[in-house]
Amino acid sequence: MRVRATAIIAGLIAVVSAAFLLPASTASAAPAGDAPHVRAAALEPSGPLIKGTLVDETDPQNPEPVEGVVITVEDEEGNEVGTETSNAEGFFEIEVPGSGTYTVIIDTDTLPEGRFLRNEDQVQSTATVMGFDKTVQFPIGPDTRQVAGLTEKILERAVTGVLFGLLLALAALGLSMIFGTTGLTNFAHGELVAFGAIVAYLLNVSGLPVIAAGAIAVVCSALFGWMQDLALWRRLRHRGTSLIAMMIVSIGMAISLRALYQYFIGGSRRVYSQYATPSPIFESLSLTLRDVIVMTFALAILVAVSIALQTTRTGKAMRAIADNPPLAASSGINVDRVVAVVWTGGAALAGLGGFLYALKFQLDYQLGLRLLLLIFAAVILGGLGTIWGAMFGALIISMFVELSTLVIPAELKYTGALGVLIVILLIRPQGLLNRAQRVG
Amino acid sequence: MDWGPLFTNSLEAAIGPVAITYCLAAIGLNIHFGYTGLLNFGQAAFMAIGGYGLGAAVVTFGVPFVLALLIGFGGTAVLAVLLGLPTLRLRTDYLAITTLAAAEIIRQVLGSLTLEPWLGGKDGRQGFAATVRDLNPFSGPVDLGIVGFRPFDAWVILIGWLAIALSCLVVWLLMRSPWGRVLKGIREDEDAVRALGKNVYGYKMQALMLGGLFGCVAGFMMGVSRSSVVPDNFQTDLTFFAFCVLLLGGAARVFGPVVGAILLWGMLNVLGNFFGQATSGPNPIIPTWIMDSNQSSLVRFIVLGIALMLLMIYRPQGIFGDKRELAIHAR
Repeated sequence: MRVRATAIIAGLIAVVSAAFLLPASTASAAPAGDAPHVRAAALEPSGPLIKGTLVDETDPQNPEPVEGVVITVEDEEGNEVGTETSNAEGFFEIEVPGSGTYTVIIDTDTLPEGRFLRNEDQVQSTATVMGFDKTVQFPIGPDTRQVAGLTEKILERAVTGVLFGLLLALAALGLSMIFGTTGLTNFAHGELVAFGAIVAYLLNVSGLPVIAAGAIAVVCSALFGWMQDLALWRRLRHRGTSLIAMMIVSIGMAISLRALYQYFIGGSRRVYSQYATPSPIFESLSLTLRDVIVMTFALAILVAVSIALQTTRTGKAMRAIADNPPLAASSGINVDRVVAVVWTGGAALAGLGGFLYALKFQLDYQLGLRLLLLIFAAVILGGLGTIWGAMFGALIISMFVELSTLVIPAELKYTGALGVLIVILLIRPQGLLNRAQRVG
Repeated sequence: MDWGPLFTNSLEAAIGPVAITYCLAAIGLNIHFGYTGLLNFGQAAFMAIGGYGLGAAVVTFGVPFVLALLIGFGGTAVLAVLLGLPTLRLRTDYLAITTLAAAEIIRQVLGSLTLEPWLGGKDGRQGFAATVRDLNPFSGPVDLGIVGFRPFDAWVILIGWLAIALSCLVVWLLMRSPWGRVLKGIREDEDAVRALGKNVYGYKMQALMLGGLFGCVAGFMMGVSRSSVVPDNFQTDLTFFAFCVLLLGGAARVFGPVVGAILLWGMLNVLGNFFGQATSGPNPIIPTWIMDSNQSSLVRFIVLGIALMLLMIYRPQGIFGDKRELAIHAR
């Protein structure tokens, strides 16, 4: 038993590493380049492009392209990489040899009569090329953007709040399901969220379109959750390991996974190759089509899963197990099977939440750690183990986080949410949607 | 592979300032978790209050060093009360989450721009260790045969180990006193202790405060040995690593944290040095497509996490602990 469990943990870790090594090794096999993208590009004669469009937006309804302006790109040593003149549409593109940091300089003497840079000091801009084309901006003409009023500010933050809340809810529902059926406070749940985002990133870097990468990442997350239960948590339950010991095991797992993530994607922030800077459909709300699709999709999944939990046989079995595992088992429910479904589903939800979060807010190896406490806050606020509570709690927490920035500095916005967590535990520890019970 | 420096480096790390800091933090956690059964995941907050209490008092307000130490202790006691009042009645896992959240709140507030004029924002506070530096009796490098230290490090290590010795003595004396027996009773069965007419809540608060004070000393140690405090020093992993130290050595044992800290930091450095050497140079032992020198420093943390998992599964009592004395069966 002892040897077998060790072997299984080792196997589990090997599989996780393999999932990462697959895309990562292709990436590092690329000669001298940072991403396979660069290698593919080297076969064709063109490297990544630094591009942009010079437009005078004095009249936002009728922007005028600015032609004949000389743009120069220099590399980090100050050597000139290329120079170009903007065409009749105001467009310019300059090829660069590969990934790196470049300085893009605009020659203000070549600006036509009557045109001037919005910010006269900004004659150069730094472009960090990461294997993909990079767009730089030089705003021209006076600043005609309106300063946002209070209502607009509130609306804008509320929109971000709803979006963030729905993504948080995906992760929180997963945590709540796992806690509800097994009683495990999983400190590695944040790492499950990061897993989805990071697998999608690695697949994306090795050439897959973002949406395909995301879909595969969610499947990988589900598999990862299923394997975790099969190889580790089920065995611990059968051994009679206490919940507190299992909680500390999950901390060990979180430490390992986080280091493993940093091992494979490094310490800096990453973005997917597509949908990184979409244009808003409602200027005043900075609401983009991407965000609307993400929100609708997340909401649909949340509602579907919640209804399934309430009505399907497996959902009912889950609640039976949550109430009393031995009784559920003796009335014919296959507890191990139901828990495996919960782990698979919970991890898939977390992975999906992570992928969608990274689509909007970027990703790094610490993504899970940053979100973990907010997920806990959401779940506890809604009521641990309740079906609609996770969603409800997540929306309240994220609205609070976003709207609190109207009165407190933005850097402290998460602090307020964690404060809410402590207050809730003080006055209503069973959460908003749970029946009162003694948890203290 | 250069084995000699690998082992001397690791030996130096095993008794060095970082190991001492984690040892002191774990001694505090031992009182919380080992003896009283409180799963405090906010030890980083006590260390932060200690470090910042000292750093900000000396640098920002020009308070004398000794008085600044007292301010650190005072701040810790206040924090223990503020943290304990709402949380000590909670179930174990809720207590863990809440203390973790509180530590994170404290770290974010200490590093905030709003408080930058006093606490230095992300850069923290520097240059408050001058008093300790001036008292340094070592004028040259200290060579102990196998290992050697720079004069300031040697002085800090000497103070640190004296502090650890004193802390162990205090813990040993307290835990064999009637007071300590009540704490152990709370760990085993709260209701039984309550039935004997003891104020469980009060005892828990005292334990939280006492353990927090050791955390505060660990914060002093960290601040003085680095001559700086920055908010990033006090991330949640700090508490988790301190728990690794405690669980490795064995909870509810006076020398558990000491052995845990020496072993853990020794091993982490063996791993770090080994993989560092294996990936460095023009023709590294491990090919760069598997691991480069940046990645080599991460292997030890991957191993640390796995080791914590295996430890908790197969030997939750650690090296010296007694399984019956471990507060992990409570719910």
